[in-house]
Amino acid sequence: MVKIEPDMANEVEQKASSRFFDRVGRSAVGILEEVGRYGVMLSDSIYWLVMGPNLKQPVRVASVFSEMMEIGIRAIPIVGMMAGTIGIMLAIQGIYTLKIFGAESRVVIGIAFSMVREFGPLITGILVAGRSGSALAARLGTMKISQEIDALEVMGINPVRFLVVPALLGCLIMVPALTFFGDVVGLWAAGVYVGVALDISMAAYIDQTIDILSVDDLMHGLGKSVIFAVLIALIGVLNGFMVRGGAEGVGKATTRAVVHCISALVVTDMLFAFMVTR
Amino acid sequence: MPSTQQSTQQQDENAPTITPGNVIEVRNLVTYYGTRRILNDVSLDIREGEIMVIMGGSGSGKSTLLRYLMALEKQTSGTINILGHDIGKISKKDFFNMRKKLGVAFQGGALFSSMTVGENIMLPLYEHTNLDRKTMEIMARMKLEVVSLAGFENLMPSELSGGMIKRAAVARAIVMDPKILFFDEPSAGLDPVVSSALDDLILTLREAMGMTIVVVTHELESAFKIADRITMLDRGDILFQGTVEEIRNHPSERIQNLLNRRSEDQTIDPDEYMKRLTGEDVKGGLA
Repeated sequence: MVKIEPDMANEVEQKASSRFFDRVGRSAVGILEEVGRYGVMLSDSIYWLVMGPNLKQPVRVASVFSEMMEIGIRAIPIVGMMAGTIGIMLAIQGIYTLKIFGAESRVVIGIAFSMVREFGPLITGILVAGRSGSALAARLGTMKISQEIDALEVMGINPVRFLVVPALLGCLIMVPALTFFGDVVGLWAAGVYVGVALDISMAAYIDQTIDILSVDDLMHGLGKSVIFAVLIALIGVLNGFMVRGGAEGVGKATTRAVVHCISALVVTDMLFAFMVTR
Repeated sequence: MPSTQQSTQQQDENAPTITPGNVIEVRNLVTYYGTRRILNDVSLDIREGEIMVIMGGSGSGKSTLLRYLMALEKQTSGTINILGHDIGKISKKDFFNMRKKLGVAFQGGALFSSMTVGENIMLPLYEHTNLDRKTMEIMARMKLEVVSLAGFENLMPSELSGGMIKRAAVARAIVMDPKILFFDEPSAGLDPVVSSALDDLILTLREAMGMTIVVVTHELESAFKIADRITMLDRGDILFQGTVEEIRNHPSERIQNLLNRRSEDQTIDPDEYMKRLTGEDVKGGLA
C-alpha cells in the first residue's frame, strides 16, 4: 500500500483548491466578457441606426421588411397554432382546478391573466427564439466562415448596420405584434373550449374577458415581449458572429443560440414578473 | 492670418504620409494569434500599378498579412499606411471612404448566397452610389463581360462552378473601380487551365484598369507568370522581396528550397534528426 505523507496530501489539496478558484475565476471573466459583447453589439446597433444616415450608410428599409417577413409573417401559423393550444390547455386545467371549489365559471379570470401576462409573450418568445434566433446564428455563422462578413467590411459596408440592425428592428416590431396575435388566438381558442364545457356563449366570454383585462395587463405582456425581442436578436446575432471553424462551429453556434435564448427568456420573464407584479 | 494658418495646419495633418509612388506601406508589423507570434517585424512597400505577389508555405503568415493589408485587422504594433491613411489613426469616415477604394476577390469567392450574381455585383453600387437600378444593372453586366460571365447575372452563386464563382467575385471586386485589388489564393481549387485563365484575367485587369494588384498565393507557376515583384514569407519573417528574376537567382538555400518545393527535412543532418527524435537536443530530454 502506498503511504501518503501529510505534506503531500496538503500540497494536493492546495493544488485542487487553486484549480477550483482558477476555473471559477475564468468562468466569471468569460461571463462578464460575453455580457460586455452583448452591450457593445446593442450600442453599435443603436449607433448605426442613428448615425448611419450621416455616414451615408443608412439602414435599408427593404432589409427591415425582409426580416419582418421572415421573423414575423412566416411565424404566424405556428404562433397561432401554439397559442390556440395553450389557450385550450389553460381552459382545461382551469376548469379542472376550479371545479374543486365549485367555481368553474371564474375560469375566464385565470385564462385572461395567464394568457395575456404570461403565456402569450413567453410562448411567442420561445417560438421566435427557436425559429429566428437559431436562423440568425446559422446565417451569420455561415457568412462568417465563408468570408462574406469580411467581404462586406472590405466593401465598406458595416456588417452591424447591414445585417444586425434590420434583424433587431424586425424582432422589435414583430415579436410584440406576434405576442398580441398569440394573445387573441389563445383567448379565442380558450373561449371556444369554455363555451362547450361550461355552456357559456362566446359573446359573454368576450365581455367577461374585456371586463377583467386592463391596458396594464396587456402592456405587461407586450413590455416583456420587447425585452424578449432584443434578447433573441442579440443572442442569435452574436453567436453567429462568434463562429469559429467550419460547419461544426455553425452547428454549435446554432444550438448555443437556441439554448441561451430560451434560458434568457425564462429568467428575464421571472425577473420581470418579480419586479413589476409584486 | 490665423484662419489661413489653421487651415494649412489642418491640410498638413490630412496630407498623405506615404512615400510618393507607394500605395501601401507596412512598417515593423508584429502580430499575434493568442500568444502565438504570426508576423515578426514585417516591413513592406507596395508600389502604385504593380502586381505584388505574396508567397509562402502554409502557416507562413501570408493570409494574416493580407488581412492587415486589407485593413480587416487593426495592428497593435507597427504602422500600416494604405493610400496615404495611417490605419491606426484614421477617422471612421475616412476609413469607410478608403475602403471603397479597395476590392477583394476572396479564396472561396465570398459571394452572398442569398443574392443572384448580378445583385452581388450591384451591392457596392447600391450601398455607395445614388445610381438608378438600370445604370447599376448595365455596370454589373459590363463587369461580368470583363470576366467573361455575361449572361450569368440571374443565376444564384450555388449554380456556378468554382472558376465561375472566382470570376464573379472579381467582377464584384472591380465594380467600384478600386485603386487596389487583392486576390486571396486565386488558383486554389482550380484546374490548371482555369487557373491560367484567371492569371491572364489578373494581367488584363492591370493593363486595362491600371490598378495595383496584391495576390497571395502559394502557386509558383502562377506567381512567376503575373508578378512584378514577389514578397516571400516564411514563419512570419520576410525572406525576400524583389523581382521574379531576382528570386529565381537568389543564392539563399532556404529560398531555393521553398521554390523547388524541397521540405527542410530533406536538407537536415541525419545526426541532428536522430537527436530531435530521441529528444537529446531538448533541455533535459523527453523525460
